[in-house]
Amino acid sequence: MAATLPASHYDNDKMSRSEPTGRPPETRKSAPWADTVFSALAHGAAILTLLLLAGIIVSLLVGAAPSIKAYGLSFLWTSDWDPVQNKYGGLVMIYGTLMTSFIALLIAVPVSFGIALFLTELSPNWLRRPLGIAVELLAAVPSIVYGMWGLLVFSPVLATYVQQPLQSLFAGVPVLSTLVSGAPVGIGILSAGIILAIMIIPFIASVMRDVFAVTPPMLKESSYALGSTTWEVVFKVVLPYTKTGVIGGIMLGLGRALGETMAVTFVIGNFNQLNSLSLFEAANSISSALANEFAEAGEGLHQASLIYLGLVLFFITFVVLSLSRLLLARLKKNEGART
Amino acid sequence: MTIEFRRFMTIAILNCHVIVTEHFYSSPHPPQSVCEKGMQMNFPLIRTAVALAMTVGASAAMAQDVTGAGASFPAPLYAKWADSYNKATGARINYQSVGSGAGMKQIRGKTVDFGASDAPLKDDELAKDGLVQFPTVIGGVIPVVNIKGIAAGQIKLTGQALGDIYLGKITKWNDPALTALNPGVPLPDATISVVRRADGSGTSFIFTNYLSKVNAEWKAKVGEGTAVNWPTGAGGKGNEGVSAFVQRLPNSIGYVEYAYVKQNKMTYTQLKNKDGNFASPDDAAFKSAAAGADWAKSFYQVLTDQPGKDSWPITGATFIMMHKAQDKPASASAALKFFEWAYANGDKSAGDLEYVALPEAVKNLVRKQWGDIKGADGKAIAFK
Repeated sequence: MAATLPASHYDNDKMSRSEPTGRPPETRKSAPWADTVFSALAHGAAILTLLLLAGIIVSLLVGAAPSIKAYGLSFLWTSDWDPVQNKYGGLVMIYGTLMTSFIALLIAVPVSFGIALFLTELSPNWLRRPLGIAVELLAAVPSIVYGMWGLLVFSPVLATYVQQPLQSLFAGVPVLSTLVSGAPVGIGILSAGIILAIMIIPFIASVMRDVFAVTPPMLKESSYALGSTTWEVVFKVVLPYTKTGVIGGIMLGLGRALGETMAVTFVIGNFNQLNSLSLFEAANSISSALANEFAEAGEGLHQASLIYLGLVLFFITFVVLSLSRLLLARLKKNEGART
Repeated sequence: MTIEFRRFMTIAILNCHVIVTEHFYSSPHPPQSVCEKGMQMNFPLIRTAVALAMTVGASAAMAQDVTGAGASFPAPLYAKWADSYNKATGARINYQSVGSGAGMKQIRGKTVDFGASDAPLKDDELAKDGLVQFPTVIGGVIPVVNIKGIAAGQIKLTGQALGDIYLGKITKWNDPALTALNPGVPLPDATISVVRRADGSGTSFIFTNYLSKVNAEWKAKVGEGTAVNWPTGAGGKGNEGVSAFVQRLPNSIGYVEYAYVKQNKMTYTQLKNKDGNFASPDDAAFKSAAAGADWAKSFYQVLTDQPGKDSWPITGATFIMMHKAQDKPASASAALKFFEWAYANGDKSAGDLEYVALPEAVKNLVRKQWGDIKGADGKAIAFK
């Protein structure tokens, strides 16, 4: 390094005396209209999104108005859904939506974490790409395929090899026996939750893998150099560094689980009564109820109540997103306090 | 290898192009290369294709397109009829199977030329919307079971027992109420898995209408409708969904359209009809149920629990709704011509698809009613 001197030492004299040989390039004329058009288009795209959002909210509110007028907020905690009597309450669907998504997250988050961890930290190099592609391919499977598979293949297995043994195991135990009671058909909240978990694992896993991969190697290697185990590196270096991305991935999965329709319809049983807390009891979810009943719903309260359910789903998604923002903000604040 | 082949093709095409261009611009000689002959042969083909496209366009412009929407139960038949009608006359019928409720919405909004529904409208509702309705075909709803060792038609049920099963009051196959009806049939000591439609449907309407007629508790607690508050059971989407559930779940019971029973060879049950006989579902049983209805009085006829020695108790017709006062007489006329053609020529394809054609007397009543469909000038729309 020391051997090479800066070039200026040699050429200083020559450079300073040389005359300019040509004219400086003319100032480039930018077309002002192109900038204007581009900016207008970009603004327009942003505003259009907001307008669409507002439009959806307004049309949901207008559509649901008769039902909101008739039931108000009590719609959220009444469980009657009787098109013949024209009485509607959304508790069963709201419970089903939240419960299936909760089960799905409960299963999908640890599994996705394991997949991402394996792919970024533990996997031999030759396996990394094929496995990563396989996980991404899972995300491309249409939801109806998961639904058919859940109905025809998975739910009989669940009924025969999980529910019935559990029933005989927990017979007489107060809470647990309620959780597994019901006819052994393999259709209900648990099977819907498991199918949803399988559907959202690829989303969460690929986001997690991508964010784990961007952790600077220097941080990880420093930690290894200090004698950390792989677990300690992942938990104390990788996760804190990537928490925004990880939570983002989980929220993406949760969003999909909340709104998933076709696969859930197949395995949830579409049952509008809430008379048992069994995980194996047929239930209903908001999107499944909408898909099943909307086409045949008569004008009036039935249709309005379905749209009200849609509004509730919209609201749930909104709350989930806001909560994740809040969580991230809180994490960031703590981070600032610590350092 | 594929790359080689592709390169060869490209070269061949390029050569062709060169030769043809030369031929067009300079060479006075007749074409000689093989590939030029190929090009030459293509010209008449293209001409034919263009001519064909023009004729198709012309005939489509001449014949009025008809759109309809509604019930999914008769959709396979309407599609078959539309296809045959198109071959016979060139007119196109576009039927969207969106469900009875959506069909009603569309005909009320006048976005389609005819609506279709499995549940007939009451006469005052028709009058309110200025609609006329007429039946097209008859079909049956059949309880099907999946019990090991039980053959089709082996189990006998009454409306009362069927209602109690769907109410969740009878939960075991060896319940005394069922064994009393089926002496000698080996009914297992197993929980009944009840399967029903999850989506609103005309099939459910016919089924719940029947249960309301024959089971007082059902009428009081649940009632009839395209969608009801089911007291028990798992819901499948569509006839396909229910038949898939029943075939998969052991010890299950469900209800599907007759066509699904036939196509999937499902285990149907016998049902006690109004005359006290146990009937099996077949064409004759549906016809017998339809025969007793007083169509002359009104087309609002739900054919459940009808008298007749062989009558199948859960029978129903499917209906078409049209506006009485037509803004677009040409499309209305095209729609009526289609149904007239179907009445005259469609019975066989209906039978092939396991629907039952209407008796001739009913068809004539419908034709008479078509006289009420009038254009803006007050003249009846032609259907012949």
